[in-house]
Amino acid sequence: MITRRRTLIFLAMLASVHVAAIVPGFFAPYDYGTQNRDLPFAPPSHLHLVDASGHFHVRPFVYRWVSRADASDGYREDRSQPYPVHFLVNGSGYKILGRWNASVHLFGVEPPGQFLLFGSDDLGRDQFSRMLYGGRISLLAGLLATGAAIAVGGVLGLLSGYYGNLVDTLIMRLVELFLALPWLYLLFAVRAVLPLQIKTTDTFLLLVCVVGLLGWARPARLVRGIVLSAKKRNFVVAARAMGASDLHILRWHILPQTYRVILTLAALLVPQFVLAEVTLSFLGLGVGEPIPSWGNLLAQLQRYKVLTSYWWMYLPAAGLVFLFLTYHWVSAKMQERFSVSAL
Amino acid sequence: MTTTLRGRSKVLLLAASLLAGKAAAARVPQEFAVAQGEPGAAGGRLIVALRSEPKTLNPLFSIDATTREVIGAMQADLVHINRETQKTEPALAKSWSVSEGGRKYVLKLRRGLHFSDGSPFTADDVIFSFSLYLDEKLHSPQRDLLLIDDKPITVRKIDAYTVEFDLKKPYGPGERVFDGLAMMPSHMLQKPYQEGKLAQMWGTATEPGQIAGLGAFQLKEYVPGQRLVLQRNPHFWRKDARGAPLPYLEELIFLFVQNEDAQVIKFQAGETHLLERAGADNFGSLQRDAKARNQCLSDLGPGLESVFLLFNMNQLDATKSAAIAAKQAWFRDLRFRQAVSLAVDRKAMARLAYGGRATPIWGNVTPGNKLWLNANLSHPQDSVDEAKKLLQSAGYSWNSDGALLDPQKRPVTFTILVSATSAQRSKMAAIAQDDLKRLGMDVQVVPMEFRALVDRVLNTREYEVVLMNLVSSDVDPTPEMNLWLSSGETHLWDLGEAKPATPWEAEIDRLMQSQNTTSDPAARKKLYDRVQEVVAQNIPLVYLLSPNILVGAQASVGNFRPAILEPYVLWNVDQLFLRPAGSGKCP
Repeated sequence: MITRRRTLIFLAMLASVHVAAIVPGFFAPYDYGTQNRDLPFAPPSHLHLVDASGHFHVRPFVYRWVSRADASDGYREDRSQPYPVHFLVNGSGYKILGRWNASVHLFGVEPPGQFLLFGSDDLGRDQFSRMLYGGRISLLAGLLATGAAIAVGGVLGLLSGYYGNLVDTLIMRLVELFLALPWLYLLFAVRAVLPLQIKTTDTFLLLVCVVGLLGWARPARLVRGIVLSAKKRNFVVAARAMGASDLHILRWHILPQTYRVILTLAALLVPQFVLAEVTLSFLGLGVGEPIPSWGNLLAQLQRYKVLTSYWWMYLPAAGLVFLFLTYHWVSAKMQERFSVSAL
Repeated sequence: MTTTLRGRSKVLLLAASLLAGKAAAARVPQEFAVAQGEPGAAGGRLIVALRSEPKTLNPLFSIDATTREVIGAMQADLVHINRETQKTEPALAKSWSVSEGGRKYVLKLRRGLHFSDGSPFTADDVIFSFSLYLDEKLHSPQRDLLLIDDKPITVRKIDAYTVEFDLKKPYGPGERVFDGLAMMPSHMLQKPYQEGKLAQMWGTATEPGQIAGLGAFQLKEYVPGQRLVLQRNPHFWRKDARGAPLPYLEELIFLFVQNEDAQVIKFQAGETHLLERAGADNFGSLQRDAKARNQCLSDLGPGLESVFLLFNMNQLDATKSAAIAAKQAWFRDLRFRQAVSLAVDRKAMARLAYGGRATPIWGNVTPGNKLWLNANLSHPQDSVDEAKKLLQSAGYSWNSDGALLDPQKRPVTFTILVSATSAQRSKMAAIAQDDLKRLGMDVQVVPMEFRALVDRVLNTREYEVVLMNLVSSDVDPTPEMNLWLSSGETHLWDLGEAKPATPWEAEIDRLMQSQNTTSDPAARKKLYDRVQEVVAQNIPLVYLLSPNILVGAQASVGNFRPAILEPYVLWNVDQLFLRPAGSGKCP
């Protein structure tokens, strides 16, 4: 019972991360690209309930950060004016799923106040908003690449396991070849030959597809194993004896046997491909400025000063760890439930 | 048997002739130069990090700063500009005289000097070196500096230690022309030159024994991607005030560390002795614990570096580079460039990318060059509204989403290339991108490996806009001829113009040529002031800012006297020495 509740909690958390990534504009108080050039590397805003004169406020509020006069690199709270945090506020416009215009945000404060939940980056952009928008790119990369890998790997695995002989030999040797490919260098090469005029988002999608297509080998091997054992089972033999076509047997009798494995594998592959995106962007080969992704948010940590001075720049890493652990937990639970030992 | 005997006799003959040569050379007393500075102790190895690898070790083809810096330690020139005083001083030439109103220079060479391989240096090497620099077929970037009014200077040998230069016309910068022109050994390069193989000589893969120079150091080892090791040249021609031979250091090691942060970490950990250029934020963090770590840091103020936006206005093959060629109509439109210049927030760039340790600029002369800056030049105030008006007057319009459309109603979108290794310039590009968005321009920033970027700018010309920097080698305007003359080898925005493409480029050509042949400093200043005016009016490059020069050294490095002229910390490398660890204090 406890396990079941815990599973539900984990699933709910995972779902909320994905919902936030689908409509980041609603959850993010600011646009990801809005620069606030007076506030580079501002720390997270402090939430207060008691103001400077000792009065208690029911509604939490924040103060504005202003640069310290004595140091170029530091901020203090301007306590002259509190900015209460409101929910469902009107702010900068955004698009839901790229189609519908909206301007309502989950929370925010009246300008000129700023509510920097996770602080700001080197150009004064809200780190929390960028992290949510970054999730859109990174999760999309993970899901798309997983989809591509499983689609290609699944079909080839089915064919390989079902027909056996020469087809099996050919596909399995190809699998070995792909497993041995250094995909990172291959991506560098692909990135280098792309012309300059391609939009960075298109480049990114292209790279994600390449990552996904390169990752088909493992699912193919797994599906092949299931098919090998399934095709000898009595209901398959019976179907064949009754004159069912190969396509019919594959579609209705064998494919359903692989669903559980594929689902479990997908839960493992998503974080793996998210990490691939993070690696690419960290190295400056993912989406370009100003579009955020978890990889290029972390890329700022390559700068020595950022690494040693601004702890809030690590928060995207914490988000990643959380996401990975959740996915792994879900996949472990699925494995337990479906008793898949092949993984 | 006979073969062996013959072989042996050859060896004997060779040995005899070598001895005779040595004896002849030994008869000439060596005329050393004396360096002023704190007398130091000999020995030790000094480690410096370089941001990129040298592209060549051949002085004929060096363009970029790193290459010049490495070559500078291995080679020597006739007359040298002292980076500290910014004045000329005798180098391989011990003295010179000027006649015919600044047209003729007679240089007396030091006697008894030897290249690092032990062979003597004479007037023949000077004549040979200048014939290489002046050879049109070799395309040496230094050639432009030796053309005065489009006529090459001529060199004549008077005797083994005297040469006469005929400049054809009085020459503005005078003997400064000789700075940076390395004297090369004719005995080594004559043959490859005659065979037309000089361009392949002295590349980075050359064996150490195959390179010889008159500089303080000679090549010992080159490990691509890792390090370049130079060792002391025992034949170097300078001594310190006590008469001890220079250089003091036994070895000079250049590590290739492409990332500035990695350079800073190495310096902070004491793995390198000198920090050549630090970024502002790193400089700030270094300053915090410099005392505890016994490191000396100095902010020398704005130097001679300028960062700018370069628009591709080259004559491109419209079939091969159609996408770029289609955008060149915008880049060639002055109002477009003016609008870009008005819209970028230089102050924010200086503050955010350089922590305030940089100065916004609008023209080609940086505030570091106090001697030549045209102080009367004003610049328009940054204004997005003005920029929009300019674009409107040039036929541009905006669609309902606020995106800028050109007169043919195509959306204005372009990429800015930036070196991936420079965090500051990447940040500047992100700021420019945001600023230009306010004009409705859709700008993509593409970070790229530095050498790939230079290759695109100078060779393939496959780029739209680049955010890059240039560093002048001297305060004098003449070394800039390469950039400003329409026929110049680094006339970046339109390389290889057969004749000036625009009237203002023709005017710059005229002015630069004429300041080059005027010896009156006041008249030269007036001419160069006008160049600055023309540049400010026509914006071939959108100048953005000039970073301060921030350098550092471990306190154990003696004679550390950084200057705003390149190479900032290594200009007196022959005098640098290492004190025992723990000793030494910052000035």
